[in-house]
Amino acid sequence: MGQRTPLYDQHLALGAKMVDFGGWDMPLHYGSQVEEHHQVRRDCGVFDVSHMTVVDVAGSQAQAYLQRLLANDVARLAQVGKALYSAMLNERGGVVDDLIVYLTQEGYRLVVNASTRDKDLAWLQAQTAGFDVRINERADLAMLAIQGPQARARIMDIVTQVRAALIQELKPFHGLAAGDWFIGRTGYTGEDGLEIMLPAEQAPDFFSELVGAGISPIGLGARDTLRLEAGLNLYGQDMNEDISPLAANMGWTIAWEPVERDFIGRSALQAQREHNEQPRLVGLVLEERGVLRAHQVVRVNGIGEGEITSGSFSPTLGKSIALARVPANTGERAEVEIRNKWYPVRVVKPTFVRHGKVLV
Amino acid sequence: MSDIPSDLRYAASHEWARLEADGSVSVGISDHAQQALGDVVYVELPEVGQHLQAGQQAGVVESVKAASDIYAPVSGEVIAINETLADAPELVNSAPYGSWFFRLQPSDPAELDRLLAADAYKASCDAEA
Repeated sequence: MGQRTPLYDQHLALGAKMVDFGGWDMPLHYGSQVEEHHQVRRDCGVFDVSHMTVVDVAGSQAQAYLQRLLANDVARLAQVGKALYSAMLNERGGVVDDLIVYLTQEGYRLVVNASTRDKDLAWLQAQTAGFDVRINERADLAMLAIQGPQARARIMDIVTQVRAALIQELKPFHGLAAGDWFIGRTGYTGEDGLEIMLPAEQAPDFFSELVGAGISPIGLGARDTLRLEAGLNLYGQDMNEDISPLAANMGWTIAWEPVERDFIGRSALQAQREHNEQPRLVGLVLEERGVLRAHQVVRVNGIGEGEITSGSFSPTLGKSIALARVPANTGERAEVEIRNKWYPVRVVKPTFVRHGKVLV
Repeated sequence: MSDIPSDLRYAASHEWARLEADGSVSVGISDHAQQALGDVVYVELPEVGQHLQAGQQAGVVESVKAASDIYAPVSGEVIAINETLADAPELVNSAPYGSWFFRLQPSDPAELDRLLAADAYKASCDAEA
């Protein structure tokens, strides 16, 4: 038996097929993951993401601590509410985790992956040495993500006036506290939407209200196909501790300036940038029938080989897509080996759908 | 729990077989199988005219989760394939017993009797769990 979120019983009551995810019993789908995927792109849906790890960082040197810890620069968060996406690197320049960090009234709030909780907490704690900073895991909070073009409007109709007013004004990639809730305009689907952190004991009633108002519950199966279409990485699959952010389509998240900011992994990353030919993470589209899957071999004529890191069927495109790590000078075509046969694929930028629009 | 109609025969590999009035045998996959697979996105069918042995690979069902081979439950010549599944693979999930994949002219009608009846198939599914 894995860990359970406060919504476990409700998932079962809604007919969820449960699976293990990083030691948690989570809903894979409630009937059809393809239908749930379409629901999010066309309207909205609600995800239980309470398994994710929320960590508050406070203290007089919180900023300096995070400037050392993170490859992106929290000094860019100019006012309370702003958030950024960052890699957390080890000394070899490999990715320990990817996360979102918000500037809050009290300091900073980090949201890190569920599957890396223990490792991340140990790492975060170890790096506090020499800084006046405290980290505080918020295991008392549950988290719901409501995503899709109608998400914000639907939520505004349901929550208190004060929270609705906050949501109305909330800018993309910002998050603010509203009473004991924290509301972020962030997500993992490529659609507009909210991620709401709230006291665990309030989660069951709120989830009930959302489902009662006709907002579809969405499982992890659709969560994976949605994020893949949006070109968003999944830690442990698209990158890990042995992979550079430069080889994971995360180069844009590295804040090289100011040069004096010596974040963990900086020198290794600099050496990679100068000396190595790092592979690239690209998108693949299979025009024929079939499904691209993780670990399938990618062959680039005259150049070399690579590997699919994440692959699936894309309900929005009606064909299979993947993220793959390939030689840096790969062009626009490649081949993938699927069950002992080679299939041609198009190589594209690793974002397939944004705000419901197909980009490839 | 899965639906297992009693008028059909089943292979342990989760195909169902239905003897039609004209002596042909229609083949599809069971409710248990479609539940295990998840959303079906592609179906690869055999070719009309192909001769299959019982237990021989006859096609592939590809779902969001995995690709799974389909096997001929009885021997025979493929006389028809269900093209509708190319455009609407989701029918395999929503109507597993209404979604035939292919139809065989059986070469040995006795083979049908060697398939599992509904209760035996149910027992084999329960044993798998």
